[in-house]
Amino acid sequence: MQSHIVTSYEEELNHLTAEVARMGGLAEAQVADSISAFARRDVALATSVVERDTRLDALEAEIERAAIRLIALRQPMAVDLRRTVAAIKISSNLERCGDLAKNIAKRSLILAEIDNSGPVTRSIERMGKLVSSRLKDVLDAYTASELSAATSVWSRDDEVDEHYESLFRELLTYMMGDPRTITPGAHLLFVAKNLERIGDHATNIAEIVHYEITGAELTDQRPKGETQQ
Amino acid sequence: MTAPQNIGENSSMPHDTQLRPPMVAVHTPGPAAGVKIHCEKVNAFYGDKQALHDITIDIPDRAVTAFIGPSGCGKSTFLRCINRMNETIPGARVTGRIEIDGSDVNARDVDPVVLRSRVGMVFQKPNPFPKSIFENVAYGPRIHGLASSKVDLEGIVEASLKKAGLWAEVADRLHQSGSSLSGGQQQRLVIARAIAVQPRVILMDEPCSALDPIATARIEELIDELRRQYCIVIVTHSMAQAARVSQRTAFFHMGILVEEGATGEIFTNPRETRTQDYITGRFG
Repeated sequence: MQSHIVTSYEEELNHLTAEVARMGGLAEAQVADSISAFARRDVALATSVVERDTRLDALEAEIERAAIRLIALRQPMAVDLRRTVAAIKISSNLERCGDLAKNIAKRSLILAEIDNSGPVTRSIERMGKLVSSRLKDVLDAYTASELSAATSVWSRDDEVDEHYESLFRELLTYMMGDPRTITPGAHLLFVAKNLERIGDHATNIAEIVHYEITGAELTDQRPKGETQQ
Repeated sequence: MTAPQNIGENSSMPHDTQLRPPMVAVHTPGPAAGVKIHCEKVNAFYGDKQALHDITIDIPDRAVTAFIGPSGCGKSTFLRCINRMNETIPGARVTGRIEIDGSDVNARDVDPVVLRSRVGMVFQKPNPFPKSIFENVAYGPRIHGLASSKVDLEGIVEASLKKAGLWAEVADRLHQSGSSLSGGQQQRLVIARAIAVQPRVILMDEPCSALDPIATARIEELIDELRRQYCIVIVTHSMAQAARVSQRTAFFHMGILVEEGATGEIFTNPRETRTQDYITGRFG
């Protein structure tokens, strides 16, 4: 694509995208660290995840301010408008990912004291790694403006959902079998649910990237629960 | 006994003299509104230089269509083809077909003077006649024999000034000179003058570029009112204005119609790279 005639406008748009990419990197790290902290019951790491969340909040606010300023002063059109709106929407999805990672870290702190359920933890950790890689893939797609990479994240969300469904059943079985596992079981269930929602945010971001690049919405039904012939 | 809703309508709008159609439907842009101007393979030349290449476009009725594009792209030339204004330029030549309501504007039996009363035009610089406000508006209906009496003529002048949103400001000084008005008022005066002869189409060539933002907003509001009754075509250099006032946008470049579509679509997701480069300020 050609650059703008007005260089400072080009710079402001690039700055906005760079800030979203930076926020993406931070959110990715928060999610990955929260999963590690959860898997290893690492109190120090969990505490650090909780403390670092404010940086994501601050970045989201900063991106929103920059985008509003750009809309007011530059009146972006077409691809520039889509890029600006995408920055606002992606940063808000990333901020939510950060909140969910923080929540996983907080639950890890509690679980570190009360739980020793190894197998389920491994299972959730695997789901966490899957979600983490989805988030990484979609953010790479965003930075590189790669449509196919974004669409691929979008079409694979069902794997995360299936993982969550099976964990849900597994945890219910445990909790029914031994009421003493209900408290840790409920926390584990929330951790899994949070991961599933981070996966949903990755899918949302894929849709936003698709709209930013093509101008068309990605709203056809995903292959979710589709019967294959 | 009158139906209650009629009482409501009559009593609630005693000052509504805008002569709106009785039922203003929610406007749907696009061909659904009906084609007013049909243009096919229009070419225009100034001497040896070809200014327009095979322009084919349907312009809907009761909607605003904006022509955008860089200087010299042919948008004003094309606008002037619609009411045969190019004929007044020596060496200018137009080929192709332009139909308004199905009839060819270039047909032998069409009198350009009558055509131009049907297709009103508003220019960049307001050009009131050096006459009174009243005479500016009354002139057209009088020469076209649209008024049967003095009272009738006064009625036309009043209604036209009201439609142009100028009546309240000039009602008590109709016999002062048109040029005593402010720029924005003069522009509304020439719009009233165009409306007075019952046009089918109103062409506007950069109607706000000499006006301040408030006067511009008034004209834009007026354009939005008028589009309920007329087919309006506006040439503008201001992309923001095209986005604000039009339902359809056509992008011209180097005498070619590059892309035409719903305004919302053109400004968020144009199909052509050239359109995108122009509206986003990337033209090399």
